[in-house]
Amino acid sequence: MSWLTRLIERPKTILGKEGDTPDGLWIKCAGCSDTLYNKELERSEMVCPRCGQHVRVSAAQRASFLFDVDSYDECDTNLFSQDTLNFKDQMRYTDRIKAANKKAGNGDAARNYLGDIKGVTTSVTMFEFAYMGGSMGSVVGEKIALGMERALERRCPYLLITASGGARMQEGILSLMQMAKTSSVANRLQEAKLPFVCLLTDPTMGGVSASVAWLGDVIIAEPNALIGFAGPRVIQETVAEELPAGFQRAEFLLQHGLIDEVVDRREQRDYLKTLFEHLMARAYRQPN
Amino acid sequence: MATYLEFERPIAEMTSKIEELSLMGDDADINIAEEVERLNKKKDELVHRIYNNATRSEVAQLSRHPDRPNLLDYVPLIFDDFQELHGDRAFADDAAIVGGIARFREHSVMVVGHQKGKTTKEKIHRNFGMAKPEGYRKALRLFRLAERFDMPVLTFIDTSGAWPGIDAEERGQSEAIARNLMDLAVLKVPVISTVIGEGGSGGALAIGVGDRLFMQKLSTYAVISPEGCAAILWRDRKYAPQAAEALKPTAVDMQELGLIDGIIDEPKDGAHRDLEGAANFLAEVLYNSLTELLQIPVATLLKERENRLRNLGEFTRK
Ligand SMILES: [Zn+2]
Repeated sequence: MSWLTRLIERPKTILGKEGDTPDGLWIKCAGCSDTLYNKELERSEMVCPRCGQHVRVSAAQRASFLFDVDSYDECDTNLFSQDTLNFKDQMRYTDRIKAANKKAGNGDAARNYLGDIKGVTTSVTMFEFAYMGGSMGSVVGEKIALGMERALERRCPYLLITASGGARMQEGILSLMQMAKTSSVANRLQEAKLPFVCLLTDPTMGGVSASVAWLGDVIIAEPNALIGFAGPRVIQETVAEELPAGFQRAEFLLQHGLIDEVVDRREQRDYLKTLFEHLMARAYRQPN
Repeated sequence: MATYLEFERPIAEMTSKIEELSLMGDDADINIAEEVERLNKKKDELVHRIYNNATRSEVAQLSRHPDRPNLLDYVPLIFDDFQELHGDRAFADDAAIVGGIARFREHSVMVVGHQKGKTTKEKIHRNFGMAKPEGYRKALRLFRLAERFDMPVLTFIDTSGAWPGIDAEERGQSEAIARNLMDLAVLKVPVISTVIGEGGSGGALAIGVGDRLFMQKLSTYAVISPEGCAAILWRDRKYAPQAAEALKPTAVDMQELGLIDGIIDEPKDGAHRDLEGAANFLAEVLYNSLTELLQIPVATLLKERENRLRNLGEFTRK
C-alpha cells in the first residue's frame, strides 16, 4: 500500500474503535488509548484532553472552532472538478468525484470562508482531507487563488489551513500547475503587505507542501502533524535507512528551523488574533 | 556503445545490417552502395514509424533514454563562453542542477538546468539529476543574479523529480521548491523553460515557471512518474504503461491542453542519436522566442506571466 493511501485510511485508526455504545458516544484515543466521551472531545476542539492527540477534523468542524460564533460564511461554493484528461485508473475520475462528494460533501478538497477570528476578519482556505485525501486539483488551486484575492479586496489577512496528500494525480499535469498558480498569486499578498499565514495540519505532503503551504509570512503547524515533500515510505524505499525518530513531524520541522511555531489547536485563535494584529499594526508607517 | 530500448530493437537490427554491408567490398552481383542507400531509406521509414507511433509509455522511456543528451551536452553547441557558477552560498553545490552565464549569439543569458549525468560515476556525482534543496537554492540565486543584470533566463528541465531523502527533508525540500515557484513568477527578466527529457513533478516545475514553456518532441512532463502513479492508483508498478496513458505526459498532450508554447522538433533519429541535429532545432526555437520576449516591456511581461499562471486549471463553474 502506498503512503498516500495509508494516509487517507489513517483517520479510522486515529479515531480508534467506537465504543460499545450503539451511537458511538465513546471514542478510543489513538494517542493514549483512553476512552473518551465524544462530547468531551468536541468541547476540546477534537484534541484529546488527556494526551493532546489532535484528531483530524473536517473543514466545517474546524470552521466552527476557529471563527467567532455566527461570524463566518462559506464562499466560492460554485466550483466543481471536471475530468479534463478523461482519466481512468482502476476507477474513473468522474466516479471518484461522485464518491468523494457523497463522502465529504461537494465542496471539493478545499473550502473558503470569510469570518472573524476573535474579531479579526480573515479570508481562510481550509483543505478538506476527507475529500480525495485533500488532493490539490484545479478547483483547489482556484479556491486558494480566490481566497487570496478576497483578502486583497477586503484588505484583510489570509489564512491557509492545509491537510493534503499532495497533487491530484487524476488531473495530471493540470494539478502540478496549481502549484505554480497558487504560488504566483501569493506574490500579490506580499506586494499588498497583507499577512499570509499558513497553518499546516496532519498531513501536509507533496505538491501542496512544496508550494503554497510554505509561502506564508508566518508558518505554524499543529502538534505531531506529518509534514514533508516526499512520503516517509518513498524515502525509506529510496535511501534504505531507518528514518530518524519524529521524522517529518511538526516538532522535527521546528527543530530544523523550517517552521515558526507549533501551536495547539485550542490556542490557535488567540495566537492568530495576536499575530494578525501585530502584522497589521504598522508602527512605522511610510510618511505620505 | 549505443543503447536500444526494447521497442527500438528493429532499428538496432537494421543499423547493424547496414554497417555490415558497408564494410563489405563491392561484389560483382550487387551494387553495395545502392543497397546501402535502399536500406537507409527503409531504416528512416522504420524510425519514423516507431517514433511517431510510440505509445505514451514508450515516449516516457525515450524521454529518459540513457543516450539522451544532457544539458551540458547541448551547452557547447548552443552557447559560447559558458561560465559555470557554483553553490547556494549556504550549504553546498548541488551537481544535480548546473547553472551559469553564457553567450547565446549576441545575448548574454543565464542558463540553469538539471544534469542527470551520462557515466555511472557522473550519475552518482549528480544524484541522477534529482536535486536537493541546495540545488533549487542555487538556481534561485542565479535567477536573482540574472535579474540584477537584466539577463534573460533559459532553463532546461530533465529530472525524474526532486530527491526524496532524509537530508533533503531536513533542509526544507518543500520550502526550496515553493520559494522558486513564487519568485520565478515575478522575476523581472524573460524566463524561457524547455523540457529536454523528463519533466518530473515539483522538482521540474521548480525551475519551470516563466514566460514560455517548450518541450522537445520526445520529452515528457507529468505530475508523477508512470511507475509512481501505478504504485499508488493501481497498487502495482507493473501498471506503469496504463498510468502513462492516463497521465497524458507527452509534448502533444501538453500542447492539446494548451500548456506549452511549442514542440521543439528532434532530428529523425531522435535527440538520443543525433545531438547536433537536436541542438540546432533547440537553438532555433529558443533564439526566436528570446528575440520576441526581449521586445516586451517588463511591466507587460510580468502582467502576461501573472495572467498565464492565474488561469491555469480546468474546472466547471455552476
Ligand atoms: Zn489521548
